[in-house]
Amino acid sequence: MTVYDLEAGHSARLKSFLGGDPSTRLRLMEMGLVRGAKVQVRKRAPFGGPIELRVDGYILSIRTADAKTMAVELAAT
Amino acid sequence: MKQIALTGNPNTGKTTLFNRLTGLNQKVANYPGVTVELRKGTTLFLDTETQIVDLPGTYSLVARSRDEAVTTEFLAGLNPGQQSPDVVVVVIDATNLLRNLYFSLSVLELKLPSVVVLNMMDEAEASGLKIDIAGLERHLQVPVVGISARNGTGIDKLRQTIEKTLASAEPQVFSRSWSYSQPVEKLTQQIRDQLPYPLGSDGVALWVLGSTAASLANQEAPEIVVHPQLAHAATIAKSGILDGATGVGEQLIEDRYQEARHIVDRVLDSSATDETHISDRIDAILLHPVGGLLIFVLTMGALFQGVFAWAEPFMTFIEETITVLQTVVHSIIPPGALADLLADGIVAGVGNVLVFLPQIAFLFAFISVLEDTGYLARAAFISDQIMARIGLHGRAFVPLLSGFACAVPAIMSARAIESPRDRLVTILVTPLISCSARLPIYTLIISSLFASEENVLGLFSVAGLMMLGLYLSSIAVTILAAWILKRTILRGPTPPLVIELPPYRMPSLVNLVQQVIERCKIFVSEAGTVILACSVMLWALLYFPSEIPQEFQLEEKQAVVLSNTLEGPEREDALISLQAEAKATQLRNSYAGRLGQAIEPIFVPLGYDWKIVVGIIGSFAAREVFVSTLSLVYGVQDGGDDPSPLRKRLRQQVHPKTGQPVFTPLVGLSLLAFFLLALQCMSTVAAIRRETQSWNWPLFALVYSGVLAWGTALLIYQGGQWLGFT
Ligand SMILES: Nc1nc2c(ncn2[C@@H]2O[C@H](COP(=O)(O)OP(=O)(O)OP(=O)(O)O)[C@@H](O)[C@H]2O)c(=O)[nH]1
Repeated sequence: MTVYDLEAGHSARLKSFLGGDPSTRLRLMEMGLVRGAKVQVRKRAPFGGPIELRVDGYILSIRTADAKTMAVELAAT
Repeated sequence: MKQIALTGNPNTGKTTLFNRLTGLNQKVANYPGVTVELRKGTTLFLDTETQIVDLPGTYSLVARSRDEAVTTEFLAGLNPGQQSPDVVVVVIDATNLLRNLYFSLSVLELKLPSVVVLNMMDEAEASGLKIDIAGLERHLQVPVVGISARNGTGIDKLRQTIEKTLASAEPQVFSRSWSYSQPVEKLTQQIRDQLPYPLGSDGVALWVLGSTAASLANQEAPEIVVHPQLAHAATIAKSGILDGATGVGEQLIEDRYQEARHIVDRVLDSSATDETHISDRIDAILLHPVGGLLIFVLTMGALFQGVFAWAEPFMTFIEETITVLQTVVHSIIPPGALADLLADGIVAGVGNVLVFLPQIAFLFAFISVLEDTGYLARAAFISDQIMARIGLHGRAFVPLLSGFACAVPAIMSARAIESPRDRLVTILVTPLISCSARLPIYTLIISSLFASEENVLGLFSVAGLMMLGLYLSSIAVTILAAWILKRTILRGPTPPLVIELPPYRMPSLVNLVQQVIERCKIFVSEAGTVILACSVMLWALLYFPSEIPQEFQLEEKQAVVLSNTLEGPEREDALISLQAEAKATQLRNSYAGRLGQAIEPIFVPLGYDWKIVVGIIGSFAAREVFVSTLSLVYGVQDGGDDPSPLRKRLRQQVHPKTGQPVFTPLVGLSLLAFFLLALQCMSTVAAIRRETQSWNWPLFALVYSGVLAWGTALLIYQGGQWLGFT
């Protein structure tokens, strides 16, 4: 399951990256999308537009293509 | 002079703090060699004047481009004649501790005397966050001060803390009490051994490692961009990474985040935070699939209207003031070349510069409010879907939209785009967008040469449809050009959309005024000089030699008019039109006229004669000048804003050799295409030079758009003729 599959409002913990462009991956990681980060999907733009996430307390928007590269496991809570 | 540097993530309130510390003693300076701006100011610390430098906000020190290397180069004192700042002030947003601490650790690792500022304490407290400041100090080993830059609370304490650090003979610096994973530590050690004295800090080695890893990960442009002093260390890093330590880039980030999280867990009590922030509720409306789009269109419409229409009265005022000044100059200085130089060269040239200020002010006022409130990031989020298709970032939307009003402020606003490559693409294609200065030319040509009033299908006029066609072509060409540039000389992946959506905040008037004044000052001092020089040069080309050639026999002709039977107003008219003809003859003989005749052959295949070419040369001062220059070459007496005499004259023009009309609809189309595409504007050239800090890019833009314009006009004219149109 990836961030892309999360429904709006749901949270999960980031597990690992699945492929994707390495340069983008480093950038996403520096923004706090690292293993163990708590990610909540806040909003999804229609028609495959960007996805809005809450990452450990702040809000970040990323493209769907990148959301598909981030594997998550549902948070315990 | 002692120096203090401010650094931190974007939107942490660095600039607000900077203003608090320096007051009005500040200016914006360009960092040499790149397009990054630093704000510099002074204040008194320990009763001595101390310089404060506001470094650009960034999420990471890692450098993928020369621009991104600025913060580290500056902090590490890598440039000749420059030392590390005496104190580094790391500004943290207290409401977002984890990500900010990640950045802070990378700065503290440089082991410079530092003070950490927890800003936005008011917001943190309001949302129930409790931060153990003493605990944070223990972890970071440098002083930590909680402040609220906007309200001014804690500033005195911060000043004292900075003074203490400045005064201390051996200020405390950070020293890592934890380790990175084995491969990272090993490589860092190797790199540190290769660093030239006195750069041998942990932080610099880690920076070289991180930047090298990031450069190698960038498959499209894997150049390594560290400073020449660190080149050797970078080769070590590169071979280390390529020899098996592939994941170190990721590992480094993960380890540092883990440490940041370790600290956050110990100093932050967030038990009371309620997760639904006010921003969530605002976003529910502003990012609503339908309502949000509507608000976006309205906001962007207002921004465009501001630059396009609301700036207009101010521009008219400036133009009228300039006209009055010219009259004054003419009335106090005896007629002659000096008076003409002052009035028509210099005063008019200053006018050419000042006339842009209203549009710049309106655009940056809008941008400042949108940025401060947090909406600009949302606008980028909304427009990203369209912009990503042409390979650009959502942030390119505002500059491109503003381009329809005027390319000059639009190009200046492109600096909001983080990736230098994408900023450059945006800057280079903006001149292709049909700006408002092209309108008078379109109108003149369409109304002179086409049955513009005629209706099509009873709904549209020919003129309206042609205008629509011009604007649509301009959009299509701009998109195409961006697409091509992104795939050729400025090749690069579609920039990742990773935008932070900051919490909504009240805009600040101080920021607005500061932004507007700053941009206006930069435009006048850095682009204004180029524009003024070009204006005077163009004036001289059209003015000299200023005598009316002998063979025109002005006096004899005047005598004839005076001796014939005409009376009163008719005689006046005859004299005026004689004067206009004389002026046209002078112009033909001027350097611009000669130049026009000399390069006429280049334009003959497009259907133009030398007179049009002179108009094109003159219009370089400003596109709308095309109309007035044409009036001059055609010897039409000045009709002010009424173009009808010129229109009539254009229709009457016949070719001296063939006896055919010069201005046919086909020539009109060819001219429209030329003006649609050509970068016919010295002010735009000056703006591109300022924003790219180089003459190469404006020259490139001139050449590529010139070739494109010439080629398209050629195709239209020759193709049209071949098909049998006139
Ligand atoms: N509530 C609150 N808001 C603040 C405080 N300090 C700054 N702000 C607001 O935060 C926003 C960003 O402040 P800036 O000073 O522009 O931030 P910056 O770090 O210079 O941002 P960049 O220019 O992107 O680097 C503005 O809307 C400020 O008014 C503070 O202490 N409390």
